[in-house]
Amino acid sequence: MLLYVIRRLLLAIPIAIGVTIVCFSLIHLAPGDPLSTVLPDNATPEVVAEIRAAYGFDKPLPIQYLVWLGNVASGDFGLSIQSRRPVLGDIIPAVKNTMILAFAAVLIGFPFGTILGAIAGYRQGSATDKVVTAISITGVSVPHYWLGIVLVVIFAVNMGVLPAMGMGPGGQSDFALNWAHLKHLLLPAITLSVIPAGIIARSVRATVADVRKKDFVSTLRAKGLSPSRVFLHVAKNAAPVVLAVCGLQFAQLLGGSILVETVFSWPGTGFLMNSAIFTRDLPVLQGTILVLSLFFVVINLLVDVLQTVFDPRIRRG
Amino acid sequence: MAGVAGLAMAASLPFSAAFADDEKVLRVGMTVADVPQTTGQANQGGEGTRFIGLTLYDALINWDLSKSEVPSVLRPGLATEWSVDDDTQTVWTFKLREGVKFHDGSDFTADAVVWNLEKLLNKESPQYDASQAAQASQWFGAIASYEKIDDMTVAITTKEPDATFPYQIAGIMYSSPAQWDKLGGDWGKFAQEPSGTGPFMLDRLVPRERAELVKNPNYWDPDRVPASDRVILMCMPDASTRVAALLSGQVDFIEAPSPDAVPRLKSSGMQIVTNVYPHIWPYQLSYQPDSPFLDLKVRKAANLAIDRESLSQFLGGLAVPAKGQVTEGHPWFGNPTFDITYDPEQALSLMQEAGYGPDKPLHIKLLISTSGSGQMQPLPMNEFIAENLTAVGFDVEFEVFEWEALRARRRAGAMAPENEGADGLNNSWAFWDPNIGILQAAASDMTPPRGFNWGGYSNPEIDELAKKAKVAFDPAEQDKLLGEIHTKMVDDAMWIWVVHDLNPRALGPNVKGFVQAQNWYQDLTPVYVDN
Repeated sequence: MLLYVIRRLLLAIPIAIGVTIVCFSLIHLAPGDPLSTVLPDNATPEVVAEIRAAYGFDKPLPIQYLVWLGNVASGDFGLSIQSRRPVLGDIIPAVKNTMILAFAAVLIGFPFGTILGAIAGYRQGSATDKVVTAISITGVSVPHYWLGIVLVVIFAVNMGVLPAMGMGPGGQSDFALNWAHLKHLLLPAITLSVIPAGIIARSVRATVADVRKKDFVSTLRAKGLSPSRVFLHVAKNAAPVVLAVCGLQFAQLLGGSILVETVFSWPGTGFLMNSAIFTRDLPVLQGTILVLSLFFVVINLLVDVLQTVFDPRIRRG
Repeated sequence: MAGVAGLAMAASLPFSAAFADDEKVLRVGMTVADVPQTTGQANQGGEGTRFIGLTLYDALINWDLSKSEVPSVLRPGLATEWSVDDDTQTVWTFKLREGVKFHDGSDFTADAVVWNLEKLLNKESPQYDASQAAQASQWFGAIASYEKIDDMTVAITTKEPDATFPYQIAGIMYSSPAQWDKLGGDWGKFAQEPSGTGPFMLDRLVPRERAELVKNPNYWDPDRVPASDRVILMCMPDASTRVAALLSGQVDFIEAPSPDAVPRLKSSGMQIVTNVYPHIWPYQLSYQPDSPFLDLKVRKAANLAIDRESLSQFLGGLAVPAKGQVTEGHPWFGNPTFDITYDPEQALSLMQEAGYGPDKPLHIKLLISTSGSGQMQPLPMNEFIAENLTAVGFDVEFEVFEWEALRARRRAGAMAPENEGADGLNNSWAFWDPNIGILQAAASDMTPPRGFNWGGYSNPEIDELAKKAKVAFDPAEQDKLLGEIHTKMVDDAMWIWVVHDLNPRALGPNVKGFVQAQNWYQDLTPVYVDN
């Protein structure tokens, strides 16, 4: 087991490096000047060259990448082009805020998706199954952005019972566990939970239906086990797949959703990336993408390890 | 059950700010994605200066933003008077205002003015800040030198006689040297605890989220003492978020609601405030050797082909058809004879005279953006105009850019290799000062990077008038010359001018005191929420 974890850990390193190279290259290949927002309209070539050098953009890309990666490794994510503030100082609160939102979405979406999927899997082909399938497909297909706006129009604008944006009363971003803050969390969390709930419902349904067809389930039933005991066996066998899907969805949620966080002005990583894209703030964009990539790598690693705990065959495979 | 009732009651309470009951708070939804730079010279264009520059800081000469009926003019700021030396026409003397203090309590003096100019212009000075220098460079380009005459007098010498200098000096803001010293000479720390002389002081800054400003009780200008105790500026780049925030009572004042949201806002009792301002939504044309716009007939045809009235209706009435670079009635409008109107028949006939028509269309490539400051609704507007142009014999190809990428193309000029084959560029433009609006846009020696003549337009008569306007130190004489230049620009169909934005803002029903000046800048000091 330990050897397996070490092997997976070592494998994660080149993946993380690969992701950073791709992100770094893509950002730099985008059209336009990374410094255009801080340059005045009639900047002379001398001013442009001077500022470019001050920000280190005059060096060849591979050198810029290596310098950046080296700095990042020592905890220095650089300074924001826009504000000249340390990038990490912007990323840490954004990650915290996105985690709050992601956990809320998990609390809403995962049980909902799992229960719906399990019901549909147990009643495959029935009217209930069809209704659940329709709900989950709608959940997967509905555009986040649109759903967020619809919820805002209904609950914030028309009914006036929930706030339309922000993290707290008066725009505060220091989250607290009280109703004044929780009501700010509800609409974005519901919006964000819809897609993972739909995906989880679909996966759980397929897995449960598949497991129920296995010979051992028939045997268990033939042995006279109660339906609840049979369900426990089905659940245990379906768990690795469900876990993998939930893990990936959780990683997605931690990545934040640019659209949902922007619609609700939720100051998380998605909002941060959106504003960094708007203002062409490359150090902020690079830093945020790096942190999010590492989230994906780490969570994938955790899911892999947990899956092997549930199903040792994976490790042997 | 009681818990549920409690929740319902709590939910029905208004989303009031968590501030002292007696504090007058104004909450504003800005369109920017991050709080503009707070060190003095704000970034992010007009919006940065509007919300941070003019609230925390002052210039030697300020804009008078107190009137909505007439285009804004300059007025004394930190300088009570200024004059230019009759002989040299390059030495400007500024008499400074007595008794002005920075937010940290230190005095505003001639030393502070020199220190701030060093901050921008002298790379050897310890306070030199490349970031602020970059933002201010469009305002200090004319300055050759500066010196303290006495404690309350400063002389600034320009490189050449320049009657437009007061407009430029109005863009330079003054930060506190004492505060900078106190914070260890660190502009990063200064950004968190800035100190200017402005009507508001920064109380709290949450990056990418908001800035909270509080009233400066000791502000020097009695006409601009803030009516609100606290102004909260929130970053809301998404238009639908701003509208929802206003409708649900989370903010009191939003910038740039989208036109399709305006009927809903009005029906909910919101105030929609609009005004003409120095804005033009044009196509800047290429005058490079391969450009079809070298032909005056083609330029005039394009200007006559556009149905501006319908386009304005399409924009919910939030734009007015353009008759030239500046609005009719503006002191610089002049008397053009080319009447820019919708006349597709004449446009067609001009195209045929130029050798084109619907059966032999003229291919043009225009660079446009998906969004951007002042760009209004660029994609549907361009599609609308493409149909108009196609009807009279143009074959329009768009190359679409993200806003900053388009700005980079504009900054490069039509003559740059990357702009080869581009016949025009759709970049909204400001005419709040004569240099940006007229002189640097039209004079042949003002191609990028020196000025804003993107296409390389050349008209010797305009060049001659531009030289005179630059040294017309009498404002009336300068206005007259600018009017003559504008007349020639229009008669020569220099650009394709489309509409002037009415720059809508939506205010809650109880917001009082806002006067929308005919300017890119606005004054937040008289605005308050009347509870």
